[in-house]
Amino acid sequence: MRVDRYSAALTIILMLMGCAPRVILGQREENWEVSGYVGAETRWFYYGPSESFQHGGAGFSLTLEPEFYRGWEASDTSILFEPYIRLDSEDTERTHFDIRELYWQKIGGSWDLKVGLAKVFWGVTESRHLVDIINQTDQIENIDTEDKLGQPMVNFTLINNWGTLDFFFLPYFRERTFAGREGRLRSIPHINTDRPVYESGAERWHPDLAVRYSRIFGNLDLGIYYFYGTSRDPLFEPDIGNGDEIVLRPVYNLMQQGGLDLQYTFGGWLLKFESILRSGRGQHFQALTVGFEYTLYGLFGTTLDMGILSEYHYDSRGETATDPFNNDIFAGTRITLNDEQDTAFIGGMIYDHDNGTTSYRFEFERRLGDSYKLIIEAQQFARIDSKDLLFSLRRDSFLQVELRKYF
Amino acid sequence: MKKMLLQLKLKGLLPEIAGGIHVILVAFAMVASYSNLTASSIADASTPEDKGLAVALAADQRDTGWGDWSADAEMILRNRHGESSSRQMLLRSLEQEKDGDKRIIVFNYPRDVKGTAFLVYTRRVGNDDQWLYLPALKRVKRISANNQSGPFVGSEFAYEDLSSQEVEKYTYKYLREERIDGHDSYVIERYPVDPKSGYTRQVTWIDKSEFRTIKTDYYDRKGELLKTFTAYEFQLYPSGYWRADKFVMVNHQTGKSTELFWNNYVFAQGFSDRNFDQNSLKNAR
Repeated sequence: MRVDRYSAALTIILMLMGCAPRVILGQREENWEVSGYVGAETRWFYYGPSESFQHGGAGFSLTLEPEFYRGWEASDTSILFEPYIRLDSEDTERTHFDIRELYWQKIGGSWDLKVGLAKVFWGVTESRHLVDIINQTDQIENIDTEDKLGQPMVNFTLINNWGTLDFFFLPYFRERTFAGREGRLRSIPHINTDRPVYESGAERWHPDLAVRYSRIFGNLDLGIYYFYGTSRDPLFEPDIGNGDEIVLRPVYNLMQQGGLDLQYTFGGWLLKFESILRSGRGQHFQALTVGFEYTLYGLFGTTLDMGILSEYHYDSRGETATDPFNNDIFAGTRITLNDEQDTAFIGGMIYDHDNGTTSYRFEFERRLGDSYKLIIEAQQFARIDSKDLLFSLRRDSFLQVELRKYF
Repeated sequence: MKKMLLQLKLKGLLPEIAGGIHVILVAFAMVASYSNLTASSIADASTPEDKGLAVALAADQRDTGWGDWSADAEMILRNRHGESSSRQMLLRSLEQEKDGDKRIIVFNYPRDVKGTAFLVYTRRVGNDDQWLYLPALKRVKRISANNQSGPFVGSEFAYEDLSSQEVEKYTYKYLREERIDGHDSYVIERYPVDPKSGYTRQVTWIDKSEFRTIKTDYYDRKGELLKTFTAYEFQLYPSGYWRADKFVMVNHQTGKSTELFWNNYVFAQGFSDRNFDQNSLKNAR
């Protein structure tokens, strides 16, 4: 069954890779713009796994993310379709398909309307995306919470000189993805997503609502919102999986959340603040991220820019938080060469004040020629305390190399 | 003198343009009346500084009142070994009465940056406001304006070379008159007000008949000649404004160069501030 799914998906990817150039040639006549990328990735875990059935060594993946866009200028409407597929050699859960976006949009004089599956980003900070809530995290992709699943929505935006007001009706809930039993970068015991628990009797069909106001006051960019619906952040409870194995299953409660994000920009400085207040079953807490980014432009008379970043994360739940960053400090640097190949590097560490847990992350990217891109990521769980949420990841440090071909 | 000229400029010599066929008539009237005025302002200026400013104001005034434009641009970046790479982008610009222009740049090529969009609100005085849209994350990020002297997408054009050339961003000195590339020109020297500019001075050739920038020499922070900008093949668009088909920027210190080709200039499409807000950045194509 697994093998079938994998080979079927592989066939589709190869077919699409073959098709892609022809589709592009046709784009002018058909008025559909086609772009996107295919990628090949290897992720190497250089320590043996914590549980014997987790895979060791390197895994390989193929990814494809095409984008189909068509706009009708006369009516200011457009349709965008962006499917995504990943085939993974080691973790059957990581082999997955998603529709990142598939929406119809109309742009009015002082409003926008978007209907369909879409992605929305809120927030200003870099090492954690606290206020970003509309989309579920596609955690099987990466643990940095920057990969998101397409969220079904009706989004109406009112734009005026008093600011921007966004209304969201979210009729369907997407479950978070997690690494499978053989996968790495997962909790111990592993999470079985077959039997999730919902507080709402409507389960995935609970209609969620959100409203956000944003405005620019000179150097200050402000966003404030209210959300009511199913928490994107599950709690977990023990369950019995296949073969009487102890597993965890996600519990999705209803919640209300208020969020605030601020950025003050002056000179080379970006001062950032994000905060949330959440209340719901078994959870009533606040969390915040505060930090800065300072960039030195044209360092040493070259074209190189160097940014210095630091952010502090707080969560009032302390060590019982479902997020590992409850009293943690991030320090990092971003270096952009501003060369023809857009070479960029970002690296940093996160340190937990309560228990000394320390992890490092590095990302490097560079375009090769006109249409290829090399992306290298490394994550090192350097010192992990047994009380920290990251404890089950302590042997999951990895080096990842990805090559993408854009079209 | 300087104050008087500034007041003239700020008040605006033009009443608001209603649109329709009047646009062209008014544009011609404006050009005619302004050439008379500027010719006398430039001639009357008593010091080289006043005369330099008068030329800059005349050039600015000649290119005022266009409302909005959009254009496709392709950059060819060449290194000293003759290797080249391309950048393709769409630019839209909206004139502001009381401040610098608003501008959006949307990248289309190389494909890995397709959809990346850059929004700038140029300020006549002080730092510009800039936002960057990162399509992979759907994220709009306010960015620092201190990058002015940095290279734009790895090219020989710095951000400050391509931003809206507001009169207030420099102080001026008139040097001489000179014929260049077939154009009788004023040669003026200008000094960036922004201490973070990559230049100590620029020498720029502005043609006497239409006040177009024909050529500019850029001098770096050490006072050495760094780059030369040249504009080629000017076209007069139906709205009454001149635009070059081609820019060339040569870096004398590195041997690199960038050609910038302009295509599909369209004026007066009726853009509003709504086309230049943070939401429009996400939808720009």
